[in-house]
Amino acid sequence: MKYETQRIAYWYFVCAMALFVVQVLIGALAATVYAVPNFLTGILPFNILRMIHTNALIVWLLLGFFGSAYYLIPEEAERDIESPMLAYLQLAILMIGALGAVIGYTLGIHEGREFLEQPLWVKIGIVIGALIFLYNVSLTVLKGRRTAITNVLLLGLWGIAVFFLFAFYNPDNLAVDKLYWWYIVHLWVEGVWELVMASVLAFLVIKMTGVDREVVEKWLYAIVGLALFSGLLGTGHHYYWIGAPGYWQWIGSIFSAMEVAPFFAMVVFAFTMAWKGRRDHPNMAAFLWTLGTPVMAFFGAGVWGFMHTFSFVNYYSHGTQVTAAHGHLAFFGAYVMLNLSIISYAMPYLRGRAPYNQVLNMWTFWIMTSAMAFMTFTLTFAGVVQIHLQRVMGLTYMEVQEQLALFYWMRLGSGIFVVISVFMFVYAMFGPVRERVLGRTRTFAAPAE
Amino acid sequence: MAERLTKSAARNIFYGGSAFFFVTFVALTLHSHYYMRTISTDEATLTEGVVRGKRVWEKNACINCHSILGEGAYFAPELGNVWVRYGGRDDPEGARGALVAWMQSQPSGIERRRQMPQFNLTDQELNDLADFLEWTSRIKTQGWPPNDAG
Repeated sequence: MKYETQRIAYWYFVCAMALFVVQVLIGALAATVYAVPNFLTGILPFNILRMIHTNALIVWLLLGFFGSAYYLIPEEAERDIESPMLAYLQLAILMIGALGAVIGYTLGIHEGREFLEQPLWVKIGIVIGALIFLYNVSLTVLKGRRTAITNVLLLGLWGIAVFFLFAFYNPDNLAVDKLYWWYIVHLWVEGVWELVMASVLAFLVIKMTGVDREVVEKWLYAIVGLALFSGLLGTGHHYYWIGAPGYWQWIGSIFSAMEVAPFFAMVVFAFTMAWKGRRDHPNMAAFLWTLGTPVMAFFGAGVWGFMHTFSFVNYYSHGTQVTAAHGHLAFFGAYVMLNLSIISYAMPYLRGRAPYNQVLNMWTFWIMTSAMAFMTFTLTFAGVVQIHLQRVMGLTYMEVQEQLALFYWMRLGSGIFVVISVFMFVYAMFGPVRERVLGRTRTFAAPAE
Repeated sequence: MAERLTKSAARNIFYGGSAFFFVTFVALTLHSHYYMRTISTDEATLTEGVVRGKRVWEKNACINCHSILGEGAYFAPELGNVWVRYGGRDDPEGARGALVAWMQSQPSGIERRRQMPQFNLTDQELNDLADFLEWTSRIKTQGWPPNDAG
């Protein structure tokens, strides 16, 4: 850790991991309700479980992004964060909002648009937190060295804040409501979040491979260019069946089919740089996560998205378990793994240690990734069966669901492994340190640092 | 990557291209907005009851079990066309009565079957919700869903 204010990231990562635990525990409960339908009846209905599951995910990913920004911006800008006090104030506001929202949800206090269930006061808190954050990091960057990484990162973070403002616009006309709802949901995860992802990945690659910054930053602009060229008009794949004009079937199909390109570019980028660098960074666990992230994002967001993005396929698959399968692996591969990568990389510096608990962390990687892949396969099979029975044969929804019970049991099983691996990750990062130098790792200082 | 592509060229392509696609996207959105308000939905019948019904739908977080126009959770049936499924096109009063009776009779208590909570809606709320679902069923959705099963 070169700058004292990078320590801010530590507390963001702590809070992010706490909400990660909440997210997967509630997810496991929701998966149990799928397998055992009467579970928790009258205590905590499914809609509340799902609300907590998705909201906790989104908030912890954002906390991870903020933490990443606080960690990498001082090193990129070569100066301390403008105001640590404001950064902690921002964290406090967001955590009070998050905990208030979760407790409120269990008591039935919520709004009702998907993912935007936060009560108004929490939404206002999110905006205030975002304003504090943007002021703080933008000023730090403007006063310091400006790099492509901070340019792209800031553009992504500003985009997150700007598009969130659509959360305050709720038209009475359901079709128009949906039209702009996607301005938040799609333009976040298939737009500006990809800018954050690519820039954090570029930072990790520079630090761990020692490849020349000029080369990495050229790749970065190419990747985020592909992301926005495909992703902006790719929003059209959500406009097929909500009352929008028919031309979206063409535009959405063509552009969203190309959304696979930036993720493929990220895979090529990460592996090319790893090969070019040819140097051993002592934190092999972080390196594993950093290489794994683009691969799983390519499959989850890229391939699984591509699978049902053409309008003539989506006509049958829309709103089935296929969507659920894609959603799970896309969020995991792209954004969960990105956060776990930078946490794995940054924590040894934040705790003032040599890389530690690496074997446990690498086991975590393989268990969590395999379990998420298995979960995705079970939901995909469930979805294909559902599509055939319901959309082709015309059986009723509930009749079809009874046929899917086996898949839901297998999903629950893989979910339990995800929960176990999350606890392993938290223990590996925040638990007692076992410093043991891995055989293949040389002990001298890392390149580029 | 090709040596001919410099970093500043890559940067300019990124900013220029993104601006172009963003402006195009916003323009198409505005056209879609106009299309929705004039062609694909019937705003003349977007009554206060429909608007109140949408609030009932939101207040009770129906979308975190059900889907509507295919969006939402996938834990309970699609409701964008529930009005059609209940025969509301031919017999609106019958469909309304059946929807209200369904919601009042939950949870079913049947073992090994998903349970819908009892939301204790008032008669007004139940009717508003029915108004909303009826209005939603008339949105022109390019022929989706493929059949009445939703």
